[in-house]
Amino acid sequence: MRPGLDVALRHATAIIFVCVLLYFAVQAPGFLAMENLGNIVKQSAFIGIAAIGITFVLLTAGIDLSVGSVMYLAPLIAGIVMRDLGLGVPAGLIVCVAAGALLGAINAVFIVRLNIVPFIVTLATLFAFRGFGAFLTSSRQFDFPPAMREFGQASVFGVPNPILFFGGLALIAHFVLTRTTFGRQIYAVGNDAEAARKAGVPVAALRARVYVISGACAGLSGFVLISQIGRLDAGFGEGREFDVIAAAVLGGASLFGGVGSAFGAVAGATLIQTVKTGLVFTGVNLYLQPIVQAAIIFLAVLVDSLREHRLRRLKRRVIRPATDA
Amino acid sequence: MTALLSFKALSKDWFGVPAVSDLTLEVARGSTLGLIGENGAGKSTLMNMVGGVVTPSDGEMSWKGEAYAPRSAADAAVRGIAFIHQELNLFTNLSIAENVFIDSFPKRFGMIDRTRIREDTAALLARLELDHSPETLVAELAPGERQIVEIAKALHREADLIIFDEPTTSLTPRETARLFDVIARLKAEGRTVIYISHILSDVKMLCDEVAVLRDGRLVEAGPAEVFDVGRMIRSMIGRELAGMFPARTAAPQADVVFEAEGLGQPGVLEAVSLNVRAGEVLGLFGLMGSGRSELARVIFGLDPVERGSLRLGGRELAGGPGARIAAGLAFVTENRRDEGLMLDAPVAENMSLVAVRTFGRGPLAVLDRGAHELATERMRGEIGVRAGDIARQPVKALSGGNQQKVVIGKWLMSGPRLFILDEPTRGVDVGAKYEIYALADRLAASGAGILFISSELEELIGMCDRVMVMSRGEVTAEFAAPFDRVKILAAAFREAVA
Repeated sequence: MRPGLDVALRHATAIIFVCVLLYFAVQAPGFLAMENLGNIVKQSAFIGIAAIGITFVLLTAGIDLSVGSVMYLAPLIAGIVMRDLGLGVPAGLIVCVAAGALLGAINAVFIVRLNIVPFIVTLATLFAFRGFGAFLTSSRQFDFPPAMREFGQASVFGVPNPILFFGGLALIAHFVLTRTTFGRQIYAVGNDAEAARKAGVPVAALRARVYVISGACAGLSGFVLISQIGRLDAGFGEGREFDVIAAAVLGGASLFGGVGSAFGAVAGATLIQTVKTGLVFTGVNLYLQPIVQAAIIFLAVLVDSLREHRLRRLKRRVIRPATDA
Repeated sequence: MTALLSFKALSKDWFGVPAVSDLTLEVARGSTLGLIGENGAGKSTLMNMVGGVVTPSDGEMSWKGEAYAPRSAADAAVRGIAFIHQELNLFTNLSIAENVFIDSFPKRFGMIDRTRIREDTAALLARLELDHSPETLVAELAPGERQIVEIAKALHREADLIIFDEPTTSLTPRETARLFDVIARLKAEGRTVIYISHILSDVKMLCDEVAVLRDGRLVEAGPAEVFDVGRMIRSMIGRELAGMFPARTAAPQADVVFEAEGLGQPGVLEAVSLNVRAGEVLGLFGLMGSGRSELARVIFGLDPVERGSLRLGGRELAGGPGARIAAGLAFVTENRRDEGLMLDAPVAENMSLVAVRTFGRGPLAVLDRGAHELATERMRGEIGVRAGDIARQPVKALSGGNQQKVVIGKWLMSGPRLFILDEPTRGVDVGAKYEIYALADRLAASGAGILFISSELEELIGMCDRVMVMSRGEVTAEFAAPFDRVKILAAAFREAVA
């Protein structure tokens, strides 16, 4: 394959990002203003946090369709616990992340212990988790105490809380993925699960943990957005699993496993939000906006499959001895 | 010398079919053992037992004087046994250093100690003379270099026994030479090596002991000095075949049905030409990885081909499998369960899969169920499938032999002119084998050409009019009946035998 295309494929997200920014900057003066860019990052925290979580799953060549429902159920559980036990918001945050992790653990049990395909398991829990939330609330809106919104609007040293969580999580995830045994072994499993097993990598335990992480991140992501709104609607997070997967894939994660990074997920989520904001800025017809987003997601998946195609060619078996160059 | 690894009356059978039987052998510490045998002689099964991938059905192994019964591949690795497989177990998305340390990263403050793995790996690579930074991604390495990384992994784990399984198949001559240097150094360090290869002259050169397997049994073992290549080959063969094959009913006709000329695909095939006459059974023999199945896939249009031409009945073959089936090609794949059948679907549905469009009626091509039932029922009788209700019974409920007949029947319904049979009797019991041979003979007698691919030399000798031999993607020889087994095998091994 031509080296130019190779480089383009590897840095597809960055290239698309720059083009998108330039386009909107030309179309709408003021788009590149600091305040607007800050808002974009703040708004991408919601999808971005869950995208970092799902990147762990995608790295093992798995999938988690339940994140949208976890975004709804975990904060709901936290809200109920906060109300009934009179807990503060920080404690509620911890309960929410723990609840998300627990929901992820349910996925993990079915996937690893009972050996059911992740797609099917998380499709089932997508409905189950949301159904359980609807049962708890009778599909009514759930209101959080005013302290919740104060938490969402607060900032530390001028950095808004959502960005703080988003950035903090991205840094931690990056270090876990690149500098720990757990992280490197996740890449190994995604590259070749059978070889990983033969090399003594605890494949089952690793696969279980990535779903717990994805659940915990989805819980955190839901909490971060709700803390900005102050209430939880019955339809909260519905369909968001696709935004989350799109963000991760747009950030370079491969659905075939073994490729992806935490910062990639950040870039992917921010890119999607940039497009959304940019479309509003430039006054594109409201009804055309989903189509533009769809085109970007399609582009991301196309790049992923081109990359995979290239990898396959490299892996193809050769019988005839090569000649020395 | 003491035995590092020994087998006592070791056996393994798969569903009653023995793969290794009653094998007793000792591997001396510090020796280099060459393990040779035909395809299916039991080499892989034996080594998989050593590697903890396969559990023996009977007998014992001992390692360093103690009873040895590994439960997993990791178990064997911990004891100090390393495998360098044909397909390497490396992670292409990780660096060399990360691959070496994947199961046991040294830690510092809870994080991977990157300085240490880099330095340790650099030292290993220097010992093996691989000139790459430890941080290079494995994806960027050539096949030969990847193999050196595997060896670095083995050295890092202080492996006492290193098993090489066909290590030179995808290496350039220069890479092979370097590998042999490295093996010589491993020997000098006192490590024990088991070297499995089809390249007998390499075995002769590298090894100080040779063990020959045939049909899962140890034929003979001894110091390499007493084994010349001719003796190795003669020792690998030697089975009697009488009454295993039906007599051929008709002689080949004069006209050529199928012709391939100068087929070439970089890295896979080189200038392969062949022709099959009507009524002829042309055998294609070769060792594992010789390119037989790849050739079949190219002929059938499943894989691309860069050079050469294909003609069926005088007409150029082009396009994908669909067009080639329409032109009169049939392909019984070597992988019946995954590629040849829809296991959960009924027998009848499997049989009519290729010819299903001929049962469409009217503008919407609605399936004519009556005609379909009639035709599949007739085909069942013709090929003698033993099944209950073929419209309901799923194919997976049939025995291997009957399944294979369904695959052949599926193609018969479209009336092809050239049959490619790739390992048609694999995993089939002796009785059903005979029926499949008889079916092949009937196809030939009815005027179709047959390309019979097999790694069992006996069945080719028993069934074919001619046998062609492939090795490393090219045709190395062609033989006509009466066949000389030693010569055919020698051609497959690329060795000259007087």
